[in-house]
Amino acid sequence: MIRWPLFRRKSQPPLEQRPFDLLCITIVVVLGVHAPHIPWWLTLPLAATLWLRWRQRHQRMGHAPSYLKLPLVALLVGAVVFHYDTLFGREPGAALVAGLMVLKLLETETARDARVGTAFACFALMSALLFDQSLVATSLVALGLLPAIATLRALEPAHPKSTTLPRDLLPALGLLGASLPLALVAFLFLPRLSSPLWGAPNAAQSRPGLSPDMSPGNFGEVLLDDRPAMRVTFEGTPPPNEQRYFRAYVLGNYDGRTWRSLPRAGTTAAEEHGPVIHYTVSLEATGQRVLPALDIPVEATANAQLGPDRELRADNPVNDPVTYRLGSAPGYHLQTQLSDRDRSNALQLPAGFDPRARALGARWRTQYGSNDAAIIQAAMGLFHDGGFSYTLAPAPLGTNAVDDFLFGTHEGFCEHYASSFTVLMRAAGIPARVVTGYQGGYWNTMGNYLLVRQADAHAWSEVWLPQRGWVRLDPTAAVRPTRISQGSAAANAATADWSPNHWWLGWRNRWDIVNQWWNQGVIGFNSLRQHGLLTPFGVRDPSVGMLGLVLAIGGSLLAMLGLWWALWKRPDRDQARAAMQLLEKRLAAAGVARRRSEGPQHYLSRAARALPNQRAELEQLMRTYLELRYAHDEPPTDLLKNFRQATRDFRPRRVFK
Amino acid sequence: MQEALRRFRHWAERRLPALTRYRRPESLPILLHQRRIYIVPTAFGGAFTVLLLIMLTGALNYSNNAALMLTCMLGASASASMLVAFRSLNGLRLTNVRHGHAIAGEPMVLQLVFAGGDHAHASIHAEMDGQIEAFAVTAQGEVVVSMNLPTEHRGWQPLPRIKLWSNWPLGLFHAWSWIHPDQSVLVWPHPETGGPPPAMPAQDGKQQRLHHGEDIAALRAYRAGDPQRHIAWKHSARHESLLVKDFEQPEAQEEWLLDWRQLSQLVPEMRIERLARWLGEAEAVGRPTSLWLPSEDISLGHGRSHYAHCMNALARLP
Repeated sequence: MIRWPLFRRKSQPPLEQRPFDLLCITIVVVLGVHAPHIPWWLTLPLAATLWLRWRQRHQRMGHAPSYLKLPLVALLVGAVVFHYDTLFGREPGAALVAGLMVLKLLETETARDARVGTAFACFALMSALLFDQSLVATSLVALGLLPAIATLRALEPAHPKSTTLPRDLLPALGLLGASLPLALVAFLFLPRLSSPLWGAPNAAQSRPGLSPDMSPGNFGEVLLDDRPAMRVTFEGTPPPNEQRYFRAYVLGNYDGRTWRSLPRAGTTAAEEHGPVIHYTVSLEATGQRVLPALDIPVEATANAQLGPDRELRADNPVNDPVTYRLGSAPGYHLQTQLSDRDRSNALQLPAGFDPRARALGARWRTQYGSNDAAIIQAAMGLFHDGGFSYTLAPAPLGTNAVDDFLFGTHEGFCEHYASSFTVLMRAAGIPARVVTGYQGGYWNTMGNYLLVRQADAHAWSEVWLPQRGWVRLDPTAAVRPTRISQGSAAANAATADWSPNHWWLGWRNRWDIVNQWWNQGVIGFNSLRQHGLLTPFGVRDPSVGMLGLVLAIGGSLLAMLGLWWALWKRPDRDQARAAMQLLEKRLAAAGVARRRSEGPQHYLSRAARALPNQRAELEQLMRTYLELRYAHDEPPTDLLKNFRQATRDFRPRRVFK
Repeated sequence: MQEALRRFRHWAERRLPALTRYRRPESLPILLHQRRIYIVPTAFGGAFTVLLLIMLTGALNYSNNAALMLTCMLGASASASMLVAFRSLNGLRLTNVRHGHAIAGEPMVLQLVFAGGDHAHASIHAEMDGQIEAFAVTAQGEVVVSMNLPTEHRGWQPLPRIKLWSNWPLGLFHAWSWIHPDQSVLVWPHPETGGPPPAMPAQDGKQQRLHHGEDIAALRAYRAGDPQRHIAWKHSARHESLLVKDFEQPEAQEEWLLDWRQLSQLVPEMRIERLARWLGEAEAVGRPTSLWLPSEDISLGHGRSHYAHCMNALARLP
């Protein structure tokens, strides 16, 4: 009977221990990469199940009882539905995939089961990247592919056995390494989708960071968060530290507790401004739409809108790291003419809150008349000399938050100062608003870029002065000038028990360069950059077909390289035989092929007869070969050299009869 | 479905002799090279490709470059494994086929001797009539694979086509090559299960007696009258009594002169079966036999090689 591999069905022998172990390791990695977004009370039982199953099979080759499987699947589905209220979506899907992966192990008894499990594990590993595509997460997932490949390898019978488990992973590493060039070509030239085929995943997951509103005290967490928020590369000299204000949200609407954005109205009027600084921002995923920009951006980037208050908003939430190029003018005049509506908005204060602060503002107005600068001076002086202190752990504030802060606790951080300063300004009749964003950052000299961390989040005020327009004022600077000149780390040094260790800092900066490279080079690689790859070759705007062609050419070149490797034969160690084989090849091309049963003497004399005008040469070659082979124990080197030279020079001339 | 498949197979074997098992027999050694190794994805390979496509679509849809990169890596690894599968077979040589003896109806042990090329060949399967043996050959190494060849009739039986295949390294691709050694094995006739013993003219039921032989049969205790030179002095030194070398042997069995012509009442095949049974019985007790056949005349002899000689002659009969 003819058996065809594709259609064979037969009972399979039980799985060996080594592939089972490797599969278990793969699933441990799957659980590991999914653990951050699966509730711990699900992860722990899954890990326990995995461990029990491994022990059970390791000790007595036991099978998991079949009556357990269905209830366990039901339990898993129940737990996911209980926690997420649905089975669909990113998080429930991930929990379900990781859970099913572990349960699949319960019924893994044959090679076929293990193959299905491994393929499924690859899928589960990839799905973890939907949550986090940082360098660390990607490396972890790539490491998870090693045991997966090693499992498939160990499933083949009569494979080279290795003694230890880690040694099994080495060939997998080799295979992945060898496939890297092809993977890179595919990655670079695979045509990207212009628009998603189905909805992008909802980034409901809240990321800590700047929020679209501000109430004094809610920055506390962010200011201790050391993760990078964005990295900025300047073209030309970077602005001095005092000018590194990156505005994100402009908040003009106060309800006594929280500052919120005003509804966006009007268009961006062209403003006169000084020289423009151009720079590129790599923003980490925020889940928000706002794009921080150096004060103040002069034009919007693609896929983003610039509001009249110079708040830059992307069209879509930033769920993946993005890179954008901007131009900003530090010496600006913003909105020198203020409309009545804007003015009343910028003076609005909720009724019934903070009577003492309003009274103080009104007193300043009567005291200084129309001298706005003097009022501002008075407010700054109050913060500077009024016994205020900067702390990240201020006392809680009551209903009249600004009054409590100004006349009671006297301690707080940027939010408290910006909020109360703005309230004071409004009470004194000066249009004012709160701006949040980032200030400062760490200049990475090795990478030549500015690293802005979440801890650099900041809030400040803007007041409107006639003829001058909106002017940035930072009351925090009045309290703690180091916050502005040296950055958040210096300002927080008193509260956070963190002492800068230069050695540690150096490594952290190097690590940050790698992350910057990853974010810009890999995660930020979009169709725009893809098209840019072909620009040096004169292709301006490559079509999908063009990219496909480049991909096919690159793939074919690499395939040829691979074929060369697969077909490559080690040259024969026996030089005389190698030379003889060359001769045979040439003679065969001339029509005298060596027969299988033919000895060298017979063959070469036959060749001499077939090529009569080269008879003497061929007979000489034959004699030399016979002498080399049979006359000496060890062939003399000069004779061998002569023979090799002679075979190399010999070109059979066809005889045309 | 089955019928269509069968017809497709027939068509393929007729049209693509190099691709399928209909390769003409060839002489040893047989070298596997790129012109006779074929590769198709396995069912698992197909499923894995679908999975990769799903992952690729997902990564492109969410413009998730990290996932895209790793999917590309996995895909490239899968493609590279095709070359590894090919290389696993490429350069492998079948250098020799050794075989044992078998009577018709019983499997014959074949020993296929494979030699490796300049790299190792991992996870090769030799498949013959549904029987699969997995083996690996090291670089320049040699490995002997034993397989059982089922036999049916006595006489020359050509070796079947053997499929060498490998799913190495990931089970995604199935690389195979058909080899058909130009060699035949001789299958001995099956002896009949029962029947009369040969009628021997000289057989008169003489008592078997002992006689002096050349070889030492055993050591026994000294009895009065044993010649002195038969005493085993060395062995006796380790015992309390004297030991004597016993040269006595049972007398060799009466020889059987088997003759084709004596069985003229039977059809030829029955004659062969009966002669085979007698040869077997004689071989079992070490009885010398001679065999006269129309093709050849084998003089008296005994032992394994004599038996094989006789059986070969029987097997070769027309």
